[in-house]
Amino acid sequence: MNGNLHIWLIPLLPFAGFLLNGILGRHLPKALVTIIALLAPLAAFGVVVNAALLAFSPMELRSWNGPGPIPGLLSLPYIETCPVGWINVGAFHIDYSFVLDQLSLVMLLVVTGVGLLIHIYSVGYMKHEEGYYRFFAYMNLFMFFMSVLVLAGNALLMFVGWEGVGLASYLLIGFYFQKTSAADAGKKAFIVNRIGDFGFLIAMFLLLANFGTLTFSEIATKIGMDPGWNGGVITVIALCMLLGAAGKSAQLPLYIWLPDAMEGPTPVSALIHAATMVTAGVYMIARSHAIFDHSPFALGVVAIVGAATALFAATIGLVQNDIKRVLAYSTVSQLGYMFLGCGVAAYSASIFHLMTHAFFKALLFLAAGSVIHGMGGEQDLRKMGGLRKKMPITFAVTTIGVLAIAGIPPFAGFFSKDAILYAAFAQGGTFGLVLWQVGAITALLTSFYMFRLWYLVFLGESRSHDAHPHESPWSMLGPLVILATLSTCGGWIGIGRFSSFLKPSVGLKTLESSAALEIPLMAVAGAIALVGWFIAHFFYKLKPAAPAQLATSFSGGYKLLLNKYFVDEFYGYTVVKPLLGISKYVLEYVVDFAILGGIAWLMGGIAMLSGAILQRWQSGNIRSYAAWLAAGAAAVLLFVLVPWSAVWPVAFDFLSKGSGH
Amino acid sequence: MNLVQFQQAVPLEWYLILSATLFAFGVVGFLIKRNLITVFMSIELMLNAVNLSFVTFAHQWHAVKGQIFVFFVMMVAAAEAAVGLAIIIAVFRTRATLAVDRIDRMKL
Repeated sequence: MNGNLHIWLIPLLPFAGFLLNGILGRHLPKALVTIIALLAPLAAFGVVVNAALLAFSPMELRSWNGPGPIPGLLSLPYIETCPVGWINVGAFHIDYSFVLDQLSLVMLLVVTGVGLLIHIYSVGYMKHEEGYYRFFAYMNLFMFFMSVLVLAGNALLMFVGWEGVGLASYLLIGFYFQKTSAADAGKKAFIVNRIGDFGFLIAMFLLLANFGTLTFSEIATKIGMDPGWNGGVITVIALCMLLGAAGKSAQLPLYIWLPDAMEGPTPVSALIHAATMVTAGVYMIARSHAIFDHSPFALGVVAIVGAATALFAATIGLVQNDIKRVLAYSTVSQLGYMFLGCGVAAYSASIFHLMTHAFFKALLFLAAGSVIHGMGGEQDLRKMGGLRKKMPITFAVTTIGVLAIAGIPPFAGFFSKDAILYAAFAQGGTFGLVLWQVGAITALLTSFYMFRLWYLVFLGESRSHDAHPHESPWSMLGPLVILATLSTCGGWIGIGRFSSFLKPSVGLKTLESSAALEIPLMAVAGAIALVGWFIAHFFYKLKPAAPAQLATSFSGGYKLLLNKYFVDEFYGYTVVKPLLGISKYVLEYVVDFAILGGIAWLMGGIAMLSGAILQRWQSGNIRSYAAWLAAGAAAVLLFVLVPWSAVWPVAFDFLSKGSGH
Repeated sequence: MNLVQFQQAVPLEWYLILSATLFAFGVVGFLIKRNLITVFMSIELMLNAVNLSFVTFAHQWHAVKGQIFVFFVMMVAAAEAAVGLAIIIAVFRTRATLAVDRIDRMKL
């Protein structure tokens, strides 16, 4: 059955919510604003769930076993196209077309599901904030653009969503715009993303030039038909796309905006800067996997970028003292994992990790929000401690989140992280082995810094005297409990089943499980997570003085990590300062003031001078006007009456003869 | 010699020369005279010079259009004379002069 699912409602319902709350919200009562803000994602989620249930009914899913396609009533991909085209120029057509396939379905379930939970959470979290309606208008706007991004059937429509989520992100990071740091962080995110968008745009131009279309399915068909498409221009396109993805998904070298984005309200960090928007880069690579599959070089670069980012961000996360910054660096690190998965062409493992990461990272951020809420705005880990008794539910769900991200079985993160590590290892060769090792070290670091956070926040004695922590309201705890359940069970789907399901969308490689290789690797991954926990236990439980001693004895390394490798300072000196200098001295003084300003003054001067001369004509003297009138009439008469065409030759003749003598 | 014979005896050119001469007088008067009323009369002279050539051609081609045109011109000239004289009186009242060279400002 391929009836009308109305998937266009998925983006447009949140957009309606945005318009209502954005335009009228100021005048509406708070309760109504809340209802509008929650109904929009709820209805969108309903449409997605309806589509998902049609795509695979649970009854048939239960009886399904084996690698074949999962039976369903709805045959995917399901496409809805707006009857009115968007761009029609000659042979070039772009439609508003939404594609629902296995990939976008998974992504939509995550986006609308987690989005809905975070909306509910925000009702409690933002209750006392100024601009309550503004917050929810932006959140709904984000949901609109994110679902456009996910559903887009061509790169240009995806770019609309891509830019739109950037806009929503900018607006929400700078939500507390009175705070300079928040406004600056918003600008930083927007500007750094522009660098990535440049790559995306170039990739689109190259696609148009080489394939004449931007529709993903057509590009995939065209690449598949001609085996000549390998390397070369495909590599360039893929690398440009990687630049775009690295900007949006905070990979090296463009990750710097994400930690600063924590200036936004915590639900925003959870929704946009952990669960959904930052995974858009991974989604984009998976969506255009046909291009990456035909360029092993670009895939290798993706893997290297991912692995390097994962390790790099994890090391910074070790020593950060701001609870949200720790989580931000861990997000960058986990996104690195997803890129690593894409880089070894294990797209389904990447998307699997994307999904579980959305669950446990949203959970961790929201739990951190609950902690911050309970501590009255305190974000410094060093001033927390002993919250286990005061906030028992937050403690319980955070524990699940920490266990999940650390990769301890049977929680969700273990399965997805293991799938990526396994895919890296299975790639074989030295390259695969190095990738696996980097991934494993990162897993160790992840486990360590997450348990460090856990110990510092919840265990031990309270290190703050003026805070009176209290448990959060149920509108905040409810979503936390649901997310905790998902973080526990989300991995049980199993990568085998998951990649079979995604196979029609992301093609090529599915992870065939081979018990002989997989079980030792699983054991190693589990052991690594436990070792990380043990180290954290040693440092923060058994010998609480040890971290400080270690920091003093390795003060150089500690300072390097604490200051995030001085990357911001490095960019400041190598990119920002020269750019500002060029802007000020070359562009402003020379180009703007001297050249453009000079031309403008010259033009003005000519106009004024000629005006001053011509002004004398308008003397007001009637006889002078009359004389000019008569002179003009005489000139016209002369022009009309004298046969010039006959006169000129005679005159020339006369003159030339005269000079001849 | 009756009227018709007279008209046939006087050639077309004479009428036209007379018309041109009158027009030229009008132009020169308009340009050199300093009294506003004289300037005004010069305009009337130019109008009537044109009228004369209209009538001449109407007779020459036996077309009545030219004569109708003359009536139009006379009518406009009469209206113009009325408005113009009113303006001249207003100007004289406010400025106590009719010398065109001294009436060169819109504002007083």
